Order: sequence, then structure tokens, then C-alpha cells
Amino acid sequence: MTIPDDLKYARSHEWIKAEGDSVVVGISHYAQDQLGEVVYVELPEVGAVFNVGDELGTLESVKAVSEFLAPVAGEVLEVNTRLEDEPNLVNDDSYGDGWLVKISGSTESEELLDAAGYEEFLEQESA
Amino acid sequence: MHPWVGAGPEDRRHILAELGLKSIDDLFASIPAGVCVDGLDLPPARDEDWIRHTLGDMASSNVAMDSIPCFLGAGVYRHVQPSIVDAVLSRAEFFTSYTPYQPEISQGTLQVIFEFQTLISRLTGLDVANASLYDGATALVEAVLFSHRVLRGRRDLVVIAETIHPMYRRVLDTYTEAAGIEVVIVPPGIDGRLDPNSVREMAGDRACCVAVQSPNFLGIVEDLPQLAVAAHDGGAIAVEVVTEAVSLGLLAGGGSFGFDVVCGEAQSFGVAPGFGGPHLGFFACAPKNLRQMPGRLVGETVDEDGTRAFCLTLSTREQHIRRAKATSNICTNQGLMALAATVWLEAMGGSGLRELASSCFVRTEELKRRITDVGDPWRIAYPQSPTFNEFLLVGPGNGKELVERLASEGVLAGVPTTDWGGSWPDGVLVAVTERNPVTDLDALMGAMERLS
Repeated sequence: MTIPDDLKYARSHEWIKAEGDSVVVGISHYAQDQLGEVVYVELPEVGAVFNVGDELGTLESVKAVSEFLAPVAGEVLEVNTRLEDEPNLVNDDSYGDGWLVKISGSTESEELLDAAGYEEFLEQESA
Repeated sequence: MHPWVGAGPEDRRHILAELGLKSIDDLFASIPAGVCVDGLDLPPARDEDWIRHTLGDMASSNVAMDSIPCFLGAGVYRHVQPSIVDAVLSRAEFFTSYTPYQPEISQGTLQVIFEFQTLISRLTGLDVANASLYDGATALVEAVLFSHRVLRGRRDLVVIAETIHPMYRRVLDTYTEAAGIEVVIVPPGIDGRLDPNSVREMAGDRACCVAVQSPNFLGIVEDLPQLAVAAHDGGAIAVEVVTEAVSLGLLAGGGSFGFDVVCGEAQSFGVAPGFGGPHLGFFACAPKNLRQMPGRLVGETVDEDGTRAFCLTLSTREQHIRRAKATSNICTNQGLMALAATVWLEAMGGSGLRELASSCFVRTEELKRRITDVGDPWRIAYPQSPTFNEFLLVGPGNGKELVERLASEGVLAGVPTTDWGGSWPDGVLVAVTERNPVTDLDALMGAMERLS
């Protein structure tokens, strides 16, 4: 289970990375492991505006569909169109090529956890 | 207590004592007295044989559809029923099976559903067909809600042809009202067909969906290629609904003309025209939107030994997994009716279905010609418009009167449009199928001439 130090994490298992004035969002290695093989990713439209906790899209695995949520408020600037044909990137490279969306906004939020905090959160969840 | 014999007086006393209650009424004390019935006025109990005879006598005062010449249609059609359909249907392996929640163990059921999907896909001209819906009316509802989802809820207008079956439109209203979707109705032109330009105008760039029926409620075949273009010009999803599925044996499904969804009623395929159903809905769409499609999909695969097998390929959006976020509330399917349709279509074969559809068409044309020859006071409401196996007949009186008077002449002439309103003449929808021999046509013509 990898939890990179340079990222921040939401309790709903998304990761966030600052990139200039915007943030990149994906799901954690733990989350993709729980979902199993992802077969379809439904992404939001570029330009759509979300509040914290809104449903950004869905991830469909072989036996279930789960939502992923907006960890910060903002406007969708870009979506990972590669996932249309290669949804498995979410499993194979959840912190890299498996990124989901780019949103305007910042990672400054008291709700977000750092790597150590997320690891602790996962331990509590599984306890 | 016995697992399937009901509770007797002793069992009831025991249960009440366990609950600390004195009587059954105490158990139901929370139900307000105002909604309770105080005794039912029923005759004394009778034995089974008496009931069978008495109800049989009562039933025999009805005129059965098959006992006199019958031209009833308007969404429910009589077609030939090969014996093999009921023979397969009544096998216990199929008859008692509910929807497969542990699907892969039911290979037979999955194979039937897979074949049903394949048949519907070929008939509609679209690549993806689901494993059936309840009936044609709810299939139309699902197509409208599907369109709303595909366009991500940004367009709240749906454009519906007035010539879609009025009962389908009423069912649709019960959903759209609750979902905050606005419905506008496009009336047909003077020829009983939709004018693509009126459709285009009504839809503008606000409609998520344009839905048309072909053959329409008046039996008339619509100009599907032009209507698909009219829907797409404003960015709407083009939906075709079919109420007489046998027409697909002769007329290409809307998928071939660019329609995004073709859905409707498949009762004509081996399901008897019974009171209130069960009927059988179908739904087909293009692959790009299949994740917004209601229901489930069965796929073909191989097992670990490489043997052909079937699996539930798509069900993750269904109610038992997604609950409140399910794509629709269609969770089970009309499995047994889908089986009937599958066996019926496979018994007919492609050329058989084409021949059957052709014979419906040819007999209908013959009847139309004979009516035109007789002329006044009878006329075909839209004589220039192409029909498949149904048309609107106008005569000396409103539709309801005509049907009653023709019935007293020994012919069930069709379904009156009187109670449904609409921008067309008040008349009788006359449906002709392969079940109507020439003697039926003679009987109808004779009855009509006696009324003239």
C-alpha cells in the first residue's frame, strides 16, 4: 500500500496534488485496491463547477459502481480522457497516469490529510 | 408451525399469547378505525366445482376474440402462436425462475436472455439491447429518462409525438411530472404523419429527446430518416417507440435511420393478448450510451475450460447494487415473456417473420381497397398515407357507436378513438393480422354495408 508524501488525501479516499493554481485529483492506491478491476470511468464535463463533497463522477468495477467526490471546490479544467479507453490506469498507476480530473482550487483545506494522517485514518478504518 | 401450511387457530392463539395480545384485532389496533372495513357482504362459501361452473357460465356471456371476426389492435395484437412457445415456457426450469441474482449458475436463463438481446438488436438496427422491460409504455418512459441522463440533466424538455399511443403518454406523464421534465406534444400534419419541420421547431435546442412512434397510433408509417435528422439538428436524442413489433419484420428499425433508441412493446412476439398483461418491453441503444441504459446485459464468454458460456456483463447500475442511485428501478425483468418472444422469433425465423409481416400488410391493403371501393358513408381517414397493418376508419357515427353497431352485426371491428381525443377524426382503429382470413374481411364488409 503506497501513500506518497507529496500528496494530500480526503477521507473519501481521493488524493490531491497542487499544480500551479489548480489541483489534480485521483483515487488512492488503497481505494483502487478496494474497488478491484476498474472497467469504466465516468468523468465530469470540463467547465462544470463543484462544491466540496459533490459527486465528480463514478468508477465502475466488475461488480460495483462507486462515486468519487470533489475534495476541494472549483471548476473542472481538464479530465483524463485516456481513461475512456484505458480505465485500468486507475488500478495500474493510481497516482500517475490514472489521475481523474484537474480542478481550479488549492490544496489548502483543514479537511484534507497529509500522508501520515491518511495512513492513520486507514488504520482506524480497518480497525 | 408447518413451513407452507398456513397458521391454524391453535397457532394463532400461541402467537398472540407470545406477543401478550388477546385477539387479532389487538394486533392491528394501530390501523385507524376509519379505514377499516366492517364486514364484507359475501355469499356463503361454495365448493370448487360449483365455482368453476358458475364462473364459466358467466364468462361465456363474453364475446371471445377468437369466436367472431376480430380486428382489435391499438397496441395489442393477435398473431399465430406455435405450440412450441407454450411447451418451452411451461418447463419448470424456466417457469418458476425469478430474476437471477446469482446469475452464472442459471446458464439456460442467461442463454435465453442473450438470444433475446441478439434478436432485438437485429430487429431494431442498434448494437445494444437490454434483457427486457415491463411493457411498451414503461420502455418509452425509460427512453425519455435515458435521454435526460445522457444529456446530463441540462435539458428538461421532451418532444413527444401526439401519435404515440395515448396510454403510453399518460404513463410518461406520471414520471415526467415528478422528475420536473416538461413535455410538449407535436400533432401530426393533415396526412396523419409528423412534419419533421414542426418537430425541429418544437425541439429547438432545448429538448433532450424527440420521441415518435412508427407505425404510429393511427397505423401510419412515419418518415424516420427525416425525423432522426430533425431531432439531431437541435442536439436531441432520437427515440422510436414501436407498439406492433411484427412491423419490424417488414420495416427496418429506427437504428438503421439514425435513431439513438428504439424501444417498445414485444407482445406480438408470442405473448397472448390478455387483460392487463403480462406484456414485454424492449429497449435498444447505441453502445456509446450503454451505461445510461436501464436494466442489465448478458454477454457471451468462455469458462475456465474454454467452453462457451454466458455471464451477466452489465448489472452494476441496477437497484440491488446501486440502490437510490440506480439507473432505473427496473431490477428484475420479464424473463418468462422474453423467453416467449425468443422462442416465437426463433420458431418463425427471419424469413418466416418477413412472410408473416407481409401477409398482415397485404390483407390490410386489400381491406383498405375494398372500403375505398364501397365509399360513402365509409372512408379511410388518411387514404394517401402508408400503413402497415392498421388504419383509422371513419363512418356514419362516432367510433364508439360504430364499434357497438358492428359488434351487434357479429364483428369486432376494432378500437374506437372516441375516448382518447386527439387531433384526428373520431373513428375506429382497424387492425388486420394473419389471423384474419378473407372470410373475416367479407364479414366486416358485409356488416359495414348493412350499416350504410
